[in-house]
Parts: sequence; C-alpha cells; structure tokens
Amino acid sequence: MELCERTIHELQQIIRDGGASSTDIVASVFRRIDAVEKNVHAYIMLLREEAFREASKADEEIRKGNIRSLTGIPIALKDIYCTQGIPTTCGSRILQNFVAPYDATIVRKLREAGAVFTGKTNMDEFAMGSSTETSWFGVTKNPWDLDRIPGGSSGGSAAAVAADMCIASLGSDTGGSIRQPAALCGVVGLKPTYGRVSRFGLVAFASSLDQIGPFTKDVEDCAIMLNAIAGYDPRESTSVPVDVPDYRQFLGRDIRGWKVGIPKEYFIEGIDPEVETLVRQAAKVAEGLGAEIVPVSLPHTQYCVAVYYIIAPAEASSNLARYDGVKYGYRSTEGRDLLEMYKKSRSEGFGAEVKRRIMIGTYVLSAGYYDAYYKKASQVRALIRRDFDEAFQTCDVILTPTTPTPAFRIGEKTGDPLQMYLSDVFTISTNLAGIPGIAVPCGYTAAGLPVGVQFLAGHFQEGKLLQFASAYEAGADFQKRRPNF
Amino acid sequence: MKITKDEVAHVAHLARLEFDVEETEKFTSQLNDILLYMEKLNEADTTGMEPMTHAIAQKNAFREDAVLPSLPIREALSNAPDPKGEFFRVPKVIE
Repeated sequence: MELCERTIHELQQIIRDGGASSTDIVASVFRRIDAVEKNVHAYIMLLREEAFREASKADEEIRKGNIRSLTGIPIALKDIYCTQGIPTTCGSRILQNFVAPYDATIVRKLREAGAVFTGKTNMDEFAMGSSTETSWFGVTKNPWDLDRIPGGSSGGSAAAVAADMCIASLGSDTGGSIRQPAALCGVVGLKPTYGRVSRFGLVAFASSLDQIGPFTKDVEDCAIMLNAIAGYDPRESTSVPVDVPDYRQFLGRDIRGWKVGIPKEYFIEGIDPEVETLVRQAAKVAEGLGAEIVPVSLPHTQYCVAVYYIIAPAEASSNLARYDGVKYGYRSTEGRDLLEMYKKSRSEGFGAEVKRRIMIGTYVLSAGYYDAYYKKASQVRALIRRDFDEAFQTCDVILTPTTPTPAFRIGEKTGDPLQMYLSDVFTISTNLAGIPGIAVPCGYTAAGLPVGVQFLAGHFQEGKLLQFASAYEAGADFQKRRPNF
Repeated sequence: MKITKDEVAHVAHLARLEFDVEETEKFTSQLNDILLYMEKLNEADTTGMEPMTHAIAQKNAFREDAVLPSLPIREALSNAPDPKGEFFRVPKVIE
C-alpha cells in the first residue's frame, strides 16, 4: 500500500514509529498526482515546491519530538479560502488573478496544526453548482468513472481524496456541496452546524447557509479534521461561542438503544432503486448494532429546493455585488464610463450559472416581489427547521440517502438548470435548518459507482453524528474499494 | 409567463449585468421555468410563521470599540486593477 493511500491516523502512527517522514508522504502524494491528475483535474493549482518545503520543516519538528495534530500531513484546500500570497480564484474568471493579503481562519488553524498544503482544488464557480462543471478552469472528473461528474460544488476536494491525491481536504457546503460530492466519490464528508467553524476568509456565497467542513477517507480522520478547524472566532460574528469537545472521544463507542429516524419523505419516486436498496441496508446495519429504527416525518421536505433556490440566490446577488472591477478582480477595458465598466466587467467575469443566480436573486428581492418570494421562502424555512426540531424529539439521528442517484454523466444536466438543482433535494434541508450532516460510503452500484448514506443530528451534535457514523462504518457489511483507473 | 424579456433586461440592469439578444431569450425561458417551480411554495400554509433569516438564533455580536491592526494601504490596493497612489481609479463618473 502506498503512503498516499493511507489515512491521517495511520500516517500519524507511521510518523511516530519512524516508518516514514513527511517528505516521503508528500513525495508519494505528488507521484500519485503526476500519474492521475491529467485524467481527473481535481486541482486548479498545485503547491508542489511549497509542500516539499513545508514537509522538510515538519520533519525537523518531528525530529524534535514536536508533533501536533496534523504535522506533516498533506491536505488540499478548496479554492474558496483566502490563502496569503497564493491565488484564490473561487473557480471564476473574475478572481483569476486575485491573491489574498491574509489567510482564512481555517487555513491559519491548519497551518498551526502542522498541515502541509498540496494545492487549491477545483470547484463550481463561486460554489454554485452540483457537478464542478461551472468552473472557469474546466471540469473535474469522477475518479470512479471519468465520464461522470464528481459532484459539486467541492468536486475537486472530493475527487482528490478519492484518488489519493491528498490525505484529506476541505470544502464548503451551502446546499450539499460537501456531502453530495463525498457520496458520489465514495469518501466521508461532513457539514458541521452553522456557526461551528469560522468562515473568516471564506469567499461568501449565501451567508445564512455557508459552512466549512472536511473530506476524509474515514470517520476517524473526519473527527481529527473537525478538531483542527472547529471553534469560535472573534473575527467571524456568526461563529458561535460553544465549547469544542475532542471529537475523537466519540469514536468506537456503541450505539445500542439509539433511535434512528427514517423520514418517509426522503424515499420518494425518482430515487434510484440501487441507491435506495443500499441506504436501507445501512439502516439494517444500524439495527444490527442495537439501534432502533423509528419512522419520522419531515412534512415540508417537498419545499426545500424551492426555498433554497430563492434564499441562496438572493444572498448571492447581494454578496457578489462586491465584484465591480474596482477594488480587486477582473476589470473589462471596454467600459467608457463607470456604469458600463461595472456591467462589462461583471458580464465578462462571471459564468452563466453565476449570472443566472444573480438574476434570480435580484428578481426575488426587487420591488413588488419581495413578499411573494423571499419573505414566503423565509417563512417556509422556519417550518422546515421546526420539522427537524420535532423529529429530534423522537430520535437521536436521522438516516437518509445523500443523493437521489449515483454520479451522473458529464453534460447530462448542464442544459437544464432546474434538473441540476433537483439533484440537491436531500442535502439542502440541512443547511436551511443549520444542523450538521455527514455522508458516509454505504456500498457500490452494480456498475461500480459509490453510494453514500447521510446521517443528520441536532445543532452542535457533531459528536453524536461521529459516534453513529463511526459505529456504522465499523459494522458496515461491504468491502471498501478504491477507484481503479 | 412569470417574467418577460423586458423584465429580464430591467433585472439585468439592476444587477449590473448585460446580455445579448440570444442570452436574454435563454435566460427568460430558464428563469420562467425556475419561477414556475417556486409557485409550489404557495401550497405551504405559513399563517403566523415568522420569517427565519438565520440558522442559529443569535443576539447581535458586539465587541469593544477598540482600534485593532488593519491591512496596510499598499496591501489593500495590491489587487486593484487600476490603483493610483492611495486610491482606486475608475472611469469617469460624471460627464
């Protein structure tokens, strides 16, 4: 087994035992990148020289016995976090040459934990998409089938972990952008509670929904990564001052007597039969571990996509007003006066999906339509949150499919935005309610595509989620595979 | 029709975007599909529901009004397409 195929916790043991250095691990990761990146295109930018430099620093620390939680571990970053001195593009032409003058809080925290950055990963432009097809820098392919999408918007981060082009990575999740690609690429992906992780230095998409979280090869690594990034940040006023436990303490415990809610609204017509079978099998595994399956109802589930595609574009249209060709980013040379310069810079700098969402957002917030769309959607959002509050009175965790289908083909949904939006149907509600959710691999289709089961818990119950996910992972009855290409 | 080509042109102006004829037609048709789908929300009974604007109910986040170190001007201007001295330069605003 190559070093790049290992998990964080395995590599920590190998480093402690003197079996390999950080430089060995980084070299293994870049050998894999050199072999497969041309096929997968998970990265917008590689940080090869920087990574080897950081690795030799890490090796120096290791020799001194100074080993922190991620010392010497190669981590990939979605290209949506500001990184001092390194370009941050957000997958957009408008930020193609943007070099942030500061680090995002989570980047600083990972550096402090000793992580080595391998590069910045590809994503849908401004995180708007479910397939990583809207990036200005080209499409990322699913390592399990190069004709298929890896999911999105954090598709590059998911594909990089699945193809062992990093050990773990970070993404952001506004409506499923971590959990959906994690499921479609066969890795673990966590969206923490809104407010659990600081978003200072995260390029904003929809501020009442955005949250940062990890992609990892297993649940233990997920706990290690969450330990490194969680916590209140005085520079981020929506981060919540709630104590952060050591999430590893929840691993390896049993789930006997736990109540697992199965919402009937998530097993609807249109769900792929193989996905449904594998997800129901996951519930059986939980039952076999001593958990009790209980039916729950989330009656407003059918409105989630409509609510989301009003609220998220509304917030995006406001957040993206900052790209005006003045302070940073692309400026068109065509504009003769200020207004024309704004219009041309934005029209040339943004791609079609971003423009579509700015248009939806501007329309639903415009005079005469606010009550009918934005206010109505915000009211239904309150109902969706109430559904979850009520469901968690009768169960510990909720179990659902992460996606209605396995990875779809490249180009299959690009012509029909609404069909693309409907692929987020099972992940959106989590963001609207602000609760945490995790996608964990639960098997493979006959064609060999990975499928992910999703577990949800109440606000700030990441510990519970990881305890359940770790018990499920240990008890799951399928053999883990690696993409073969 | 939920939205006409003229309205699309108006919204584009509000959003400081511009589209050619072909794009305007495509956007009009796609926005219509999307807005029709949104009609679904009218089926939901929201009588007496307060609009939810934040996932976690929070009080306003106040801090002491103390001056903290901020970005030096040179760094703040380092990404500007057309900086001049300590300023951002733009095309002319008034004739």
